[in-house]
Amino acid sequence: MPKPFTPKVVTATDLLEGDVVYLTADDQWSRTLSDAELIEDEAHAQLRLLFAEGQPEKLIGPYLADMAAGPDGPEPVHFREAFRRTGPSNYNHGKQAVV
Amino acid sequence: MYQYSEFDRAFLAERNAQFRAQVERRIDGSLTEDEFKPLRLMNGLYLQLHAYMLRVAIPYGTLNSAQMRQLALLAEKWDKGYGHFTTRQNIQYNWPKLRDVPDMLDALAEVGMHAIQTSGNTIRNVTADHFAGAAADEVADPRPVAELLRQWSTDHPEFQFMPRKFKIAITGAPNDRAVTAAHDIGLRIVERDGQIGYQVLVGGGMGRTPMIGKVLADFITGDNLLPYLEATVAVWNVIGRRDNKYKARIKILVHEFGLENLRAEVEKEFALRKAQFTGTDQALLAQIETMFAAPAFDVADTGGFQAQYDTDPVFRAWSDTNLSEHRAPGYAIVTVSTKAHGATPGDATAEQMRVLADLAQEFGHDELRISHEQNVILPHVHKRHLPEIHARLKAAGLATANIGLISDIIACPGMDYCALATARSIPIAQEIATRFDELKLEHDVGPLQIKISGCINACGHHHVGHIGILGLDRAGVENYQITLGGSANEHAAVGERAGPGFSADDIIPAIERLVLAYIDLREDREETFLATYRRLGAAPFKAALYPEKQSIAAE
Repeated sequence: MPKPFTPKVVTATDLLEGDVVYLTADDQWSRTLSDAELIEDEAHAQLRLLFAEGQPEKLIGPYLADMAAGPDGPEPVHFREAFRRTGPSNYNHGKQAVV
Repeated sequence: MYQYSEFDRAFLAERNAQFRAQVERRIDGSLTEDEFKPLRLMNGLYLQLHAYMLRVAIPYGTLNSAQMRQLALLAEKWDKGYGHFTTRQNIQYNWPKLRDVPDMLDALAEVGMHAIQTSGNTIRNVTADHFAGAAADEVADPRPVAELLRQWSTDHPEFQFMPRKFKIAITGAPNDRAVTAAHDIGLRIVERDGQIGYQVLVGGGMGRTPMIGKVLADFITGDNLLPYLEATVAVWNVIGRRDNKYKARIKILVHEFGLENLRAEVEKEFALRKAQFTGTDQALLAQIETMFAAPAFDVADTGGFQAQYDTDPVFRAWSDTNLSEHRAPGYAIVTVSTKAHGATPGDATAEQMRVLADLAQEFGHDELRISHEQNVILPHVHKRHLPEIHARLKAAGLATANIGLISDIIACPGMDYCALATARSIPIAQEIATRFDELKLEHDVGPLQIKISGCINACGHHHVGHIGILGLDRAGVENYQITLGGSANEHAAVGERAGPGFSADDIIPAIERLVLAYIDLREDREETFLATYRRLGAAPFKAALYPEKQSIAAE
């Protein structure tokens, strides 16, 4: 039996800055995970990924990352995505510094 | 130190201009990421978890004060005010922007530095004993040959698309401080019957299949060294595996093809290649050697050193752990720890880099070294200057007296930065150091090397740690495996896995149990952790790590 689809967001790296970015429901790229569109349908996820892959002039390596619905939008289900959302744990650098 | 020639400067300027154009073409869309990636990697530019990362080579770990100041400038102007010294004697900047990287490379070129071949399937930065040219136990300074190898391997047309990366380390001393046995090729300068030559080890390495290098040639004379190395790399380049990147390193070839067979192929290739070396390399080496002439060492009294040593316990503790024997009378080698308890191993701020540059210029014959242990060395310091040096290091947060002790931990960047990592390394190192500082035990414990990697690639050298820690992802949770009994010196050994891994919360108490068990088990304070482990084997250490198993067995 195929595995049930788990919710995703489209995420990538910004070409110029190197920052982690997320695709929003209105086709924008946000640095903030809570702004991201939480995709709950597999076919829609593939379309959104194609949309991202069509922007190589501003993005590197878009992919679908597993997320869960939280009170303030998508939340990571794996610690790797938690670090990408926040920044390193040894300094207050990266996204956590902006917040 | 080596001074760039007009040729070097012109080569680097052209290379940097090429990369600047490549960056522009990537930004304007003429190059896809797939096309650009190998180009940026050949110039040391990675894409990591949160940002780009620029890896700059510090050839054989040697720097002068102007170069160190330029590294500080890069940290301040284009990064977040710090740099990270790595286990390959490189420095990494964790936050550069793509548009800024060509300017960073131009700034490096101003002081004769670059990031070429710090990535990719090429011959990487040649590493060396960080005490080279200074150590009392040295047969010969390995840096002239290391510089020759740098020039030979840089942009070598035959070796730009090899099966995998290739790492060379060289030591000129019998006490191996360069972990030569864990490199694709390890070179050991030896003296036989009054003649200087090279023992060539091959097939060492860490990663998912750790192996200790084997002797490919016991004694190669200087004039044969370059053709012999070229023959070795060429043989592997042709017959090494390209079907599986995990089986592509030369250690796998040694394992599968056999040392004897490889030696025979290398000998055949050497015979062909030797004819092409008509002595130019030796003429160049002779020229390089003049640039590495020892400084004019001061002949002076050691001044207030002894009085300070006798009266200041902080200075004494630092002297006891952070100074090493120098070959010149009245001199010492100073190892500056980047590992204040709780700090990130290998990190130095721009301000700290400038303090180190100033000290090197004022007191250290303008020389600095970076060790694979991620510390900074002032290789030539007259002892009369040590009290002032210590005071200035202390003011800069650089006077931690812990070299070779439990808090002098090697740690890779791990998942805090690295895109390949499976778990974090840095917080584990910070917590171990902080914990043993609280216990005030580390000087009592004595020499003990902990090395931490955040994935199986083993950049943190965990395989050769007396205690190795490997961070893994177990079903979405960080998990840390312990290995015991590894060694990174001339008696290199790969550690043995102790048993099941520990969670991030449980790993620090586990290390504490292990070290306290060692204190109970050792015969006396002179018996090190490694010696005790070798005497008793793993069983009593495993018992300390897994007490619950012991209690189950006893029921």
